[in-house]
Amino acid sequence: MQALKELLYKMADDQLIIGHRNSEWTGLGPILEEDIAFSSMAQDKIGQAQALYKLLHTMGEQEPDVLGFMRNAEQMHCCHLVEVPISNYAFSLMRNFLHSHAELIRFEMLTGSICQPLANIAKKYRGEIKYHVMHGSTWLKQLGNANEDSNQKMQQALAGCWNLALGIFEPSPYETDLQKENIFEGETALKDRWLETISPIIGKASLKLPPHNEWTPAFGGRTGNHTLHLQPMLDEMTEVYKIDPSAEW
Amino acid sequence: MLTKPQILEALTEVMDPEIPTISLVDLGIVTGIEINEINDVSVTLTPTFSGCPALQVMEDLVRAKVQTLKGVGKVKVETSFDIQWNSDMITDHGRQMLLKHGLAPPPKHHGYIELDILSDVACPQCGSRNTDMRSPFGPTLCRSLHYCKNCLQGFEQFKPVA
Repeated sequence: MQALKELLYKMADDQLIIGHRNSEWTGLGPILEEDIAFSSMAQDKIGQAQALYKLLHTMGEQEPDVLGFMRNAEQMHCCHLVEVPISNYAFSLMRNFLHSHAELIRFEMLTGSICQPLANIAKKYRGEIKYHVMHGSTWLKQLGNANEDSNQKMQQALAGCWNLALGIFEPSPYETDLQKENIFEGETALKDRWLETISPIIGKASLKLPPHNEWTPAFGGRTGNHTLHLQPMLDEMTEVYKIDPSAEW
Repeated sequence: MLTKPQILEALTEVMDPEIPTISLVDLGIVTGIEINEINDVSVTLTPTFSGCPALQVMEDLVRAKVQTLKGVGKVKVETSFDIQWNSDMITDHGRQMLLKHGLAPPPKHHGYIELDILSDVACPQCGSRNTDMRSPFGPTLCRSLHYCKNCLQGFEQFKPVA
């Protein structure tokens, strides 16, 4: 039970936080279509977080709104990649590309989970995230190959995101339990498939992964050790809710 | 005693709050109807998109409609992912109704979506296939943005979702 909850919390928190970060592009997108794309992806991801919180609620955790709005940074299970500020557009695009690919593979793996409600949710989400992945892969190839300036910006974004992205796969204390109980194959299997999937796309975008000896995954997020950026973001995100948590919307 | 066809018939009059030409039945989101011996009715809906803001409204509309049926007992409406919606679940009549609203209906995808399937779409105004996709994301989660090079008009498609 604890193993499954830990898995659900980190998936839900990742979706909520990257969803909120993506929504910060609403009104600021470099072109109208991208403004809409980031806003739509934000809406998808926050909706996905909500259904995962609902599932946690059926397992005895608090109401979805309480889980989403009333926890402090140290109670959150998201990885560092999703919580850092939006920075420039290249960075946000790269982050969304790297994270959405990991999510798509994670949910594809979970469609076979012994936990049936989670498998059902995973079947639904993979169809939605497919669009996020198509968006990211298309822009990566477009901008990576457009001109020297755009290539350089994407390369810098990749360098800035890489170790944060490796932090997605921070092993949980329950890896063996999840595997033994056929709930989830685990973070290592996910990371291997993710690398296999994104490496050729990064190559086609004329970008290079950082050298292997510089790979130092940003771990800590899954156990509540976050960057300094998460708490201020949560404060802003929950400001209105906290004025009157019992308000009917 | 109420019957499932009666409930389904009533629900064909409940329209999508964002696309008022198509009913929730034609949209394919009514996935379960249960009636017990004292006419308590339970309806299950499945979301088109998990982040769809119209979900709550649709539940309310369904509840209100079923409550108007003669002899009905308690009415329960809930949303569940047990049966996952995909755009192939829109009925043929529903596709006609999307067109009526000016939306290109989603192509049948049989479980497989790539960019190609999204961009090969006929203009809902003139029928030409000489169209471009401008963005896979539109004004609502279920729509993509397109442009017709024949009639020089922008249009939207109800997105195929697997």
